Amino acid sequence: MSSARTEKGDAPGGVAAPAAQGGPGKGGIAGFSREELHGLLAEMLLYRRFEEKAEEAYAIGKIGGFCHLHIGQEALAAGAIGPLRSDDQVITAYREHTQAIAKGISPRAAMAELFGRADGCSGGRGGSMHLFDPSVGFYGGHGIVGGQIPLGAGLAWAIRYRGGDQICLCFMGDAAVNQGAFLESLNMSAIWRLPIIYVVENNGYGMGTAFPRVSVTEVESRSGACGIPAHTVDGQDVLECYRFFEALAEEVRGGDGPHFVNAVTYRFRGHSMSDPVAGTYRSRKEVESQTKERDPISLLRDRMFEAGLLTPEELQAHDNRAQELCADAVDFAGSSPTPDPATLHDHVYAEINDRGRLFLDGRDAERAATGGAAR
Amino acid sequence: MTEMTYRDALNAAMLQEMDRDDSVFLLGEEVAEYDGAYKVSRGMLERYGERRVVDAPISELGFAGLCVGAAMAGLRPVCEFMTFNFSFLALDQVINSAAKMLYMSNGQIPVPIVFRGPTGAALQLSAQHSQACEVYYAHAPGVKLVAPGTPADAKGLLAAAIRDDDPVAVMEGELLYNVRGEVPDGEHVVPLGVADLKRSGGDVSIITHGKMIHVALQAAGQLAHDGIEADVLDLRSLRPLDVDAILATVARTNRAVYLEEGWPFAGVGAQVASLIQQEAFDDLDAPVARVTQADVPMPYARNLEQLAKPGAKAVVEACRKVLYLA
Ligand SMILES: Cc1ncc(C[n+]2csc(CCOP(=O)(O)OP(=O)(O)O)c2C)c(N)n1
Ligand SMILES: [Mg+2]
Repeated sequence: MSSARTEKGDAPGGVAAPAAQGGPGKGGIAGFSREELHGLLAEMLLYRRFEEKAEEAYAIGKIGGFCHLHIGQEALAAGAIGPLRSDDQVITAYREHTQAIAKGISPRAAMAELFGRADGCSGGRGGSMHLFDPSVGFYGGHGIVGGQIPLGAGLAWAIRYRGGDQICLCFMGDAAVNQGAFLESLNMSAIWRLPIIYVVENNGYGMGTAFPRVSVTEVESRSGACGIPAHTVDGQDVLECYRFFEALAEEVRGGDGPHFVNAVTYRFRGHSMSDPVAGTYRSRKEVESQTKERDPISLLRDRMFEAGLLTPEELQAHDNRAQELCADAVDFAGSSPTPDPATLHDHVYAEINDRGRLFLDGRDAERAATGGAAR
Repeated sequence: MTEMTYRDALNAAMLQEMDRDDSVFLLGEEVAEYDGAYKVSRGMLERYGERRVVDAPISELGFAGLCVGAAMAGLRPVCEFMTFNFSFLALDQVINSAAKMLYMSNGQIPVPIVFRGPTGAALQLSAQHSQACEVYYAHAPGVKLVAPGTPADAKGLLAAAIRDDDPVAVMEGELLYNVRGEVPDGEHVVPLGVADLKRSGGDVSIITHGKMIHVALQAAGQLAHDGIEADVLDLRSLRPLDVDAILATVARTNRAVYLEEGWPFAGVGAQVASLIQQEAFDDLDAPVARVTQADVPMPYARNLEQLAKPGAKAVVEACRKVLYLA
């Protein structure tokens, strides 16, 4: 639950895991206990508020570059990553802020990265599209469409190679299934039975292009050619997602090989902060009806209200808490120092050799002249 | 002459060429319905229809290869990469197919294709989206490469690239699209391989290409305050390379600085410096200096990014160094 949220690495995952056997106890919905439901609601509120803060900060120039918000798709962070173990792995594209938080990166470290500050989870080097923290099993944050798909297969390969029982969850957008690397990766995962779940966050569009304009088949059909079982889930229904991924993760962990999930969702904002919410490619009316009827947070909230499991005061308390955490993240980010200019060349290489010159921009010569090691 | 943006000048070049030749078509991500990610192809779908202005899936390797195949069949594709960073996925088809087809086929199969889009860094787009891609293309025999820095050159060079019978990469700049300038009305074609002296000084030569001409001109302005007058030679075309223009400016100033956006190792400046020392050694009063991006992937943080990018200050310093004033 967000109230029990701890700094990265302390919690088993960003989302407190509902008890696996959370049967249809008194006062639950679909097998989720009251506590579990509150946990998921609080978590999604946190994601929403985080993205709204990022939006605000972008507008006043605190965040630069490309910034892609996950607003509308939060159920997939809570519902797909939530059931994972802390040592399971997640890799994804550039719309990844909430997924990073769900896997255990603190809102502080994520916001500081968006601000380009030294305390960011990538030291300010990566920015919005490149959040990383392997210590919590979050392998980024990738900006080239489809680039993370073979990398995910590689993470899964390493798990199998070492005989581990972790799994890898590899997210991608619907448009990424048209990259050649997608087919190549799925095929290798299938022949080597890698412990990986590919999740397409099918929000219907790649930038301004509706999926049917770039494919004559449905997303779900794309894995069949490689013999990988395909599933479709309602990506706005966090409860459905949670139970589905909880069960699937165990199957894959048990050696069932790769699976492919088409999670149907919707992006409530523009492609990135520099793109319009609606335009020639989708109507304002379409966006409005989706935000009104298919908001994953409202859907859960209303079910909880109807079942008498949530009071307006409780909702307010969750929201206050989410806003506090996000305001705190913004404060933290704002007061974190900018990266030290002297570190510009750090981490280009893992090993600086004794012989030879690695950097050709005159830096080594400068260092040698000032008596520093030519590192 | 009409004042227009670099973006509109590129658009004008495509209209000019598509109006005169039905075999020219534009294909790329978001080029049709969305008017282009950077609005370079605004209005083109409406004008030419879906046959000639085509939205591609995000399949760079596939659609670049498809365009190469269409060029082998005699069409003249303009293949747009949303940015050249994404063209790395397509490099196999550029290098292994487009660049070699004419040679392998003993001259039977020309590949008259244009690959175009922005190269280099914009603002805080981080490591995977901020790469100067010139050398990957210029390295391969069989590929030509131009990098217009002004609206007039954008129109003229893109038109020439489309008319050329070889693969030509036209490297633009995201930060250039809004730059305004005078562009000749009517048919305007700037031949490949002709550099342009953007500023005439005489004390030192700043040689550069693409977006960096603006940094060079800024540096030249600062140097002028100290009474140093710089030539700014805009190569415009990296392959074919206007060697005569390079040698002429060096003969005049005896000092050269190459400025580029990319990394130093095997950069454009390395090639030009090698050429100058081979062909104009006796003209030189100082070793050729180079100004490049720092030898690191582009960092996101604003302060680090500023530090990594080549700026006017570094160019001024390099000029002073070759003048032995530093
Ligand atoms: C190889 C490559 N081509 C193009 C782009 C530019 N681009 C960034 S996101 C995007 C759309 C991707 O859509 P989708 O995969 O559906 O993900 P979504 O943005 O909807 O989450 C495009 C074309 C890129 N980053 N990488
Ligand atoms: Mg999409």
